[in-house]
Amino acid sequence: MSRIAATFERLRGERRAALVPFVTAGDPSPAHTLGIIRSLVANGADVIELGVPFSDPMADGPTIQRASERALRAGTGLALILDTVRQYRREDDRTPIVLMGYANPVEHMGVAAFAARAKEAGVDGVLIVDYPPEESAAWVQALAGAGIDPIFLLSPTSSEARIDLVSRMAKGYIYYVSLKGVTGAANIDTADVERMLARIRASTSVPVGVGFGIREPETARAIARFADAVVIGSRIVEEIERAEPDRAAAQAGATLAAFRAGVDAAARDKAAA
Amino acid sequence: MQMREPVADSRQPAAYDLPDATGHFGPYGGTFVAETLQAALAELREAYEACRKDPAFQAELAYELEHYVGRPSPVYHARRLSDELGGAQIYLKREDLNHTGAHKVNNTMGQALVARRMGKPRVIAETGAGQHGVATATVAARYGMECVVYMGTEDIARQAQNVYRMKLLGATVVPVSSGSRTLKDALNEAMRDWVTNVANTFYIIGTVAGPHPYPMMVRDFNSVVGKECLVQMPALAGRQPDYVLACVGGGSNAMGIFHPYIPHEGVKLIGVEAGGLGIATGRHAATLSAGSPGVLHGNRTYLMQDADGQILETHSISAGLDYPGVGPEHAWLKDSGRACYVSITDDEALAAFHTLCRTEGIIPALESSHAVAHAMKMAPSLPKDRILLVNLSGRGDKDMHTVAKASGITF
Repeated sequence: MSRIAATFERLRGERRAALVPFVTAGDPSPAHTLGIIRSLVANGADVIELGVPFSDPMADGPTIQRASERALRAGTGLALILDTVRQYRREDDRTPIVLMGYANPVEHMGVAAFAARAKEAGVDGVLIVDYPPEESAAWVQALAGAGIDPIFLLSPTSSEARIDLVSRMAKGYIYYVSLKGVTGAANIDTADVERMLARIRASTSVPVGVGFGIREPETARAIARFADAVVIGSRIVEEIERAEPDRAAAQAGATLAAFRAGVDAAARDKAAA
Repeated sequence: MQMREPVADSRQPAAYDLPDATGHFGPYGGTFVAETLQAALAELREAYEACRKDPAFQAELAYELEHYVGRPSPVYHARRLSDELGGAQIYLKREDLNHTGAHKVNNTMGQALVARRMGKPRVIAETGAGQHGVATATVAARYGMECVVYMGTEDIARQAQNVYRMKLLGATVVPVSSGSRTLKDALNEAMRDWVTNVANTFYIIGTVAGPHPYPMMVRDFNSVVGKECLVQMPALAGRQPDYVLACVGGGSNAMGIFHPYIPHEGVKLIGVEAGGLGIATGRHAATLSAGSPGVLHGNRTYLMQDADGQILETHSISAGLDYPGVGPEHAWLKDSGRACYVSITDDEALAAFHTLCRTEGIIPALESSHAVAHAMKMAPSLPKDRILLVNLSGRGDKDMHTVAKASGITF
């Protein structure tokens, strides 16, 4: 069983949603990434989403874009990120690591070469935001050959046909983008999200995570009552941006801990209900 | 007497019907955008298909192009320039004579009409040099639409006059200070606006790039240029040209004049990219000449990128060519061999600019000067009965400051 599937199975047993922090690899510098991952896992992360910085992050808001710029200035590249994952795997063979980024760096390495190297490093899933399912046949095949889960997005504007298409292709989990807009935007309407998740679940048994716009532990608690995973991105990246570089790991961990408390509270809410 | 090669229009037009239903030109093009934009693109594809087939839409567009834009633009035989070069005859397609001074308005007029059909009261655009921004602000004013133009702070500093023109036309110009602070960053920011405000907003992309259907739609609206040439050349010169030349940044003016000529296989198509300080220096924007395939801004195409797949900053004296990607149909035309792509340096473009001013009394845009420069390179070694048709895509009034500066003159 893959690390992602094992994690969601374990959490189903605990009746708790997964807590999934997103950080940009190499922000503030490649030397800090390993420490940040450790701190996030120590403070309650169930899955780590590691952003692969790109020069033109079209789907991201200003916070993640600045993180990408810092990481690129500090010399971060795809090969270096895979090295970091490989290093982390030596000390933690349980926590799934999902890479999230844009198509071009992956295509430049070559899709097959990337899949092989990512597998070897210990990557469990990959989400390429500008690879929609209809452009992903070769991509999904390459990942499947390496045993890596292709993660896809769904959004409030996804049609019925697209929900079905993604349901057929996605493995690991589906990432539901909870609002119209870019990462880091304002808070979300949890009732809308709950309705859409019910619709997605009707066509797939793959776990569904929710991200974009979860800025407060209370929002995470509300979402975690019905979602399989809660993704916290810009909120953590903001902490890393504000902190002195050597305090970034501790600061990111402390912030995540508050969201973990929210997710744990949701598990108690569900048990009480 | 020299032997005549077969004349250009002796062959039958061959079928050409790209892109396919999913927006691909061979391996290029496509819809490489996040899920959040897929519904908006689907809505646009449907609306554009309906417009394309609707005679009332086409009639309205034709009326606006004639009475507002000033079409058809003439083809002009540049005799003094041709005589001075002593070889092939150079003809100029005078897109510089359009309202707003360039081919850009052909497309913005078309997209504004689509936006109206879709009931979108707000249009947004990205701009580099400011020409597409001005052309968008112009049609927005014409139809009373709210208009927001994204522009890199670097470009705002270089193109203060065009920023003022957009403001005069009632547009809001939003400075973009992320990334390289130029066109590609403005495009990123416009995409973000669109994904956030998609319910009431139409995104008018200015070139034949972006996700499907933009490369096709922008090409279709600009192909009025080539369609006119197909009629004008036989009337003026007695036949179709041997070569059609156009500058290529994103490639909208080139696609506009190339597309109707693609089936005419005897007509050679030459795209002229910005060689900047020279390809060897790395400081250029000659994507097809020196780049490699990748994915950016919603489509697969040739890109200027580094060893890690990050997009490189480009350089050209002409802001309108200063873009690290290129339209996917050009990528396909290059790979298939139907068109070829060359580059012209800043200095060569400037020299052509001055030559055209002096010999023909026409001040070309620096972008178009690249195409003129390559025609000037080719003409002397070709027989006098050969015909080079150059798309003079815009006028150079906007470039006075840049050209004067290059000559060491300050106003």
